[in-house]
Amino acid sequence: MTVRSLNKISRKELNDIRDKTIKESTLNDFDKKYRITVHLGTCGIASGADIIKASVEDKIDRLSIKNIIFTTSGCVGFCALEPMLTIDSFDKKSVTYYSLDEAKVEKIFEHHIGKGEIAADLEPITKKSRLYDFFKFQESRVLRNRGRINPFNIDDYIANYGYQGLLKAIELNNSDEIIKIVSESGLRGRGGAGFPTGEKWELCRKATSSSDIKYIICNGDEGDPGAFMDRNLLESDPHSVLEGILIAALAIGSSKSYIYVRAEYPLAIETLTHAIKQAKEYGLIGENILGSKFSFDVEIYEGAGAFVCGEETALIKSIEGKRGMPKPKPPFPANEGLYGMPTLINNVETFSNIPQIIVNGAEWFNKIGTSTSKGTKIFALAGAVKNVGLVEVPMGISIRDIIYKIGGGISGENEFKAVQIGGPSGGCITEEFLDIPLDYERVKEAGAIMGSGGMIVLDEETCMPNLARYFMDFIQDESCGQCVPCRIGTRRMLEILEAITKGKGERGDIEKLEKLGKAIKESSLCGLGKTAPNPVLSTIEYFRGEYEEHIETQKSCERLHVKIKVKKV
Amino acid sequence: MTKTILSTKEVSAKLNNKQKVLINGKRYNADPGKTILEVAIENNIFIPNLCYDPRLKPQSACRLCAVEVEGTPGIVASCVTKVEDGMIIKTNTALINELVRVNLELIISDHPMDCMTCEACGNCMLQDLAYLYDIKEPTYKGKVHDKKILQDNPFIFRDNEKCILCGRCVRMCDEIVGANAIGYAGRGFECEITPAFDQSLTETECVFCGNCISTCPVGALQSKPYMKKARIWEIKQTKTVCPYCGVGCSINLHVKNNRIVNVYSDIGANANKGNLCVKGKFGLDFVGSPKRLTSPMIKTTGGKFKKVGWDKAIMTVAAKLEAIKKNYGPDSIAVLSSAKCTNEENFLMSKFARAVIGTNNIDHCARLCHASTVTGLIPTFGSGAMTNSIDDIKFADAAIIIGSNTSEAHPVIGYEIIKSVQENGLQLIVIDPRKIPITKYAAIHLKQKPGSDIAILLGLMNIIYNDNLHDKEFIENRTEDFDRLIKCFSSYTPEKVAKISGVDKEELIKAARVYGSAKNASIFYAMGITQHTCGTDNVIAVADLAMMTGNIGRKGCGVNPLRGQNNVQGSCDMGALPDMLSGYQGVENDNMRWSFEKRWSKTLPPKRGLTVTEIIEGSNSGKIKALYVMGENPMLSDPDLLHVAASLKKLEFLIVQDIFMTETGEFADVILPSACFAEKDGTFTNTDRRVQRVRKAVNAPGMALEDWKIISMLSNKMGYPMNYSRASEIMDEIASLTPIYGGISYQRLEHETLQWPCRQYVHSGTSILHSNTFARGTGKFIAVNYTPPAEVPSGDYPYILTTGRVLYQFHTRTMTGKVKGLNEMAPMNFANINSENAKKLGINNGDKIIVESRRGSITVNALVNSEIKPGVVFIPFHYADSPANKLTNSVLDPKAKIPELKACAVRITKAF
Repeated sequence: MTVRSLNKISRKELNDIRDKTIKESTLNDFDKKYRITVHLGTCGIASGADIIKASVEDKIDRLSIKNIIFTTSGCVGFCALEPMLTIDSFDKKSVTYYSLDEAKVEKIFEHHIGKGEIAADLEPITKKSRLYDFFKFQESRVLRNRGRINPFNIDDYIANYGYQGLLKAIELNNSDEIIKIVSESGLRGRGGAGFPTGEKWELCRKATSSSDIKYIICNGDEGDPGAFMDRNLLESDPHSVLEGILIAALAIGSSKSYIYVRAEYPLAIETLTHAIKQAKEYGLIGENILGSKFSFDVEIYEGAGAFVCGEETALIKSIEGKRGMPKPKPPFPANEGLYGMPTLINNVETFSNIPQIIVNGAEWFNKIGTSTSKGTKIFALAGAVKNVGLVEVPMGISIRDIIYKIGGGISGENEFKAVQIGGPSGGCITEEFLDIPLDYERVKEAGAIMGSGGMIVLDEETCMPNLARYFMDFIQDESCGQCVPCRIGTRRMLEILEAITKGKGERGDIEKLEKLGKAIKESSLCGLGKTAPNPVLSTIEYFRGEYEEHIETQKSCERLHVKIKVKKV
Repeated sequence: MTKTILSTKEVSAKLNNKQKVLINGKRYNADPGKTILEVAIENNIFIPNLCYDPRLKPQSACRLCAVEVEGTPGIVASCVTKVEDGMIIKTNTALINELVRVNLELIISDHPMDCMTCEACGNCMLQDLAYLYDIKEPTYKGKVHDKKILQDNPFIFRDNEKCILCGRCVRMCDEIVGANAIGYAGRGFECEITPAFDQSLTETECVFCGNCISTCPVGALQSKPYMKKARIWEIKQTKTVCPYCGVGCSINLHVKNNRIVNVYSDIGANANKGNLCVKGKFGLDFVGSPKRLTSPMIKTTGGKFKKVGWDKAIMTVAAKLEAIKKNYGPDSIAVLSSAKCTNEENFLMSKFARAVIGTNNIDHCARLCHASTVTGLIPTFGSGAMTNSIDDIKFADAAIIIGSNTSEAHPVIGYEIIKSVQENGLQLIVIDPRKIPITKYAAIHLKQKPGSDIAILLGLMNIIYNDNLHDKEFIENRTEDFDRLIKCFSSYTPEKVAKISGVDKEELIKAARVYGSAKNASIFYAMGITQHTCGTDNVIAVADLAMMTGNIGRKGCGVNPLRGQNNVQGSCDMGALPDMLSGYQGVENDNMRWSFEKRWSKTLPPKRGLTVTEIIEGSNSGKIKALYVMGENPMLSDPDLLHVAASLKKLEFLIVQDIFMTETGEFADVILPSACFAEKDGTFTNTDRRVQRVRKAVNAPGMALEDWKIISMLSNKMGYPMNYSRASEIMDEIASLTPIYGGISYQRLEHETLQWPCRQYVHSGTSILHSNTFARGTGKFIAVNYTPPAEVPSGDYPYILTTGRVLYQFHTRTMTGKVKGLNEMAPMNFANINSENAKKLGINNGDKIIVESRRGSITVNALVNSEIKPGVVFIPFHYADSPANKLTNSVLDPKAKIPELKACAVRITKAF
């Protein structure tokens, strides 16, 4: 379906909107002294941020305060401290209050707004506070707009140099050139597998089919337990994803895309729906975008809750209205994807990286990172760390730094034991590998995978066989059921793990797990099965003693005085 | 004409094109595009597999077909990996063997070990693999699927405890049959295959073809009616041809103790590729029915039948026929041959009529189905048969189905079309007054008024011409008289056509463009085209449309009349026609007749005889005194049944030779019991001119005899010797007298099927007619005009009745009527009327209604929906208790003498 817009903006108007919005939102000593931003991500709302928002609005209204800009944003990423609000001042000072309730809001208004002094006994985050470390050691590129812009206002995005990448791509008017920039940047797929993005685009651009139709799919079916990078991006900066998709479309010659989002992300869907509507109103999606010959349409497709639909071929089937079941590759979607047409599938975070790469150039991007892994990566840092939240780190940073500098170290009294990276497809990294630089290859060598971004820190109390059982329980339930090793093999592995953790394991069980694990990895049809045994194999490799102890003592986890401590985020 | 014999040059070119691969250290040549598994199977290299079926797209679910390919890390699934030149493949490494073993152990860990009582024992791929890998018991213990049996339907038994989730049945139901009755449900270990929401299959779109059973590698799916009948090693398999429609599916009859205990089809079979429909799979119970005729019978003066021996029966018939011939002349005798009988039997019946009786009064039910195909295609193309092959459909970009309820009347051709729509993007145009099942797969449905086909076809031609989509080169080089055609179609503007036919103007234009701009487009038609007073003109219009777009003589094109009976093509080929000797050699052509006279040592009657409808009329007028009916049931199949009954009663002598007592048999003086298809040797020729061997699998009941033996006995008795010791000798005679069958012999048919024309022993048959020149030289455009049906709706009779078939019944139910399951699915007659009309008449779905024409009336249940065009009534003609043909009009097409069974005027009232 074609999209028509009456208010299509030109390239110049885009810049006019930017300048005007910047001007309007600049604080001053006169009528715009403060900007109060309540952070309304799903995590915030779950902790009561919408009550805080109402409370702030009520205060402004009741006190008839005129010199305040009140706005909302997505999550700032510090999940452990929700609900939060940030006050920016005309004097460039920025203060974030956290773990709020109505009494605290009262206090903030009394001191900060009323008297112009920080409500110090609330110990807010300023650049000087210890909690600021959480932000200090991060490299906010993809997440640059989080907590700063109102995701429901396209002008906010434009004011932050939004759609400049698209503008540049349109002006380049050369798909070779666009793909060259992406290739040279060294960006690799952020969904987990790390396939070079530029190469994928090139394959898709070259692919031919009976008709000229090519599709783009944005994979937002984020399903790993504890992972919420994509949700956060869609909730707090949806236009950056849209802009990335638009640039990709220009590069490969596509005119239609689907954004596949889990139905369990209602706020992300609401935000994105609104963003698409606004982009359409501006003619940034539709026909002859920014006065060019480029026309493009975007549609949201809601997933129905199957983890396996994050696998690209299953996702395609799901959009086609069929049961989401993976199919063998090749053919790859780049050649034969949605409805048999060449299809580019990238993850939300990957698309979100694109606009800046186009604006700032490949070199700006690949300046940071290791020889094979460039730019930044977002992780959902969870488990036994002090600072739980969403973090964006430069490639090449050591995992130790992520845990200790950004994460603030291990929470509680216990010592570090391992860090699980890559969720149900990943594995564990132990103390001895904590100093390896973050890099697709090195993480794999150390026994885990980069994955889509789950990072769970485990302390001494964690029973590793039980952790493995937890992931296996999750994954065996999410197998699509078509291939033998995944459907039956993961079930059998779970049954053995259940026996072991209940103190009913038998001699030879560990070998059985290894044998099954190896066979499932080798012979499964899709990525789900091929990685499903990883948590088990990796924990056997590093913590075989714990398995043996369970079997020899015939004791359950409880009786071995250890508990699983996988915090659900 | 396409020959499939390759020259040495072509052979070497083909070889050069092959890819060389190394499998387990040995070199093999492989066709590009084949998968590793396919190449391995071709070369007898064992690769274990469970989810592979060559009919289906590979799913790669069982993961047993793993191989190692040098240069590729890990293992690859050989069922989905295409061979590449220089590939080095290993199928039996330690890693592969380990993986296969683990996966087999996993499958077996969730599979009951009840091989001793399992229906599939001895015919189970999992059992074979367990034997090979020596897996005696489950290695892994844990949860297993509970016993879950789904069998609340007449035909398909599913035990999900035994299901290995290979997905073959699901793919079969989706890719081939298009029913999508079953699918995967649940996730992980709990995943299972079931109809949606655990419905009964009878509530789904399941068509009970049983192809899911044919693909199940284990015992999870079974044929309910055939269970507990025999172990696989107890049965004898006989490959023969299905006795139902004209598709000519190859079937393997499993026989134990002279009973058919199961039916399968070879996956490589020519016409059907191993797929069957519900009638072929489950509809053969009639063979062993206790109602079969087992003894000749003579009607006593009291009107009761009395069993007699063959001598007495043959003597009586011979004497009576001799007497009538003597008293009234040979043309007072007529013969109805049968499209259910073999080529050999039809040929003998023709010989009997012409050489023994001395009359050309021989015809058969082709008159009622495709007579107009012959009269329409002979003047335009020069040959009255399907121009292309069933297998060709996959090459078509667009197809028109007009007047054919393909997926109910020719289900297996329906599968091919559905598969092509799904797999190759075939653009399907359905032209039918009803939303017939295959419409689900149509891009365009033109719901026309019955009898308005010519207007639509001319309208399509007009749009194609105005859009410049006609094939000028083809018209110039291959045809004549296009100018005349232009004159005739140019007045058929879309507006005019829409007005005549009631179809949407825009849809008509869309259809013309889809058909006109397709690279290869074919047309399928059946009785919706032929059974009209304008039947011949309908067929001509179809031929004109195909010719003007150049859609003749290539793969994926053509004009394809779908023949209704298993051997209706063959009966025509064999000369069971009043004007033709075998091979369409005109009886009035002295040279042609002479060769038969020489071979048969008898002078043959030189003037054409009477057609079916004329024979009935002749019986009524007294011109025909004796009628010999072999395997036909005019008392149900012919129009205006009350008239037929009156006519049959006037006959002096009626002989009915059949496998069951029929409605016609009740009127007979002598009944002769015959052997059915499964009890004799012979050949059938299917709709795509494919001659196939019919083989004896069981003995005929009682005294029943093969029809050719009965005819021979009678002939011998009447003084004309027919001394054939086996059916093949008759085929040799056919080949010697019939140029298009000249190259056909049983020896060749033992291992292959042959499509005529096949003139010499070195000729491999003809898959596409008219490929370089038309059979008549050039294709001739003939101008036709729309004429309304003889009876149009008017004040007293405001509705148009059209008749047809349903999936679960066949023709006059002589065979299907004896099959329990089929009658559970389609127990009684109905009249389909549109909801709007029903509302006005105060009729609800299921109400008893009276449908009445100028000739009679019947009472049936109303089937009310919006799938049928308002103003139209549809009634199947199968049911004797409310026969649609009591209502139909026997008015004839002047050229083909086919009655207008597809349109007459009726009125409807609610019965109280």
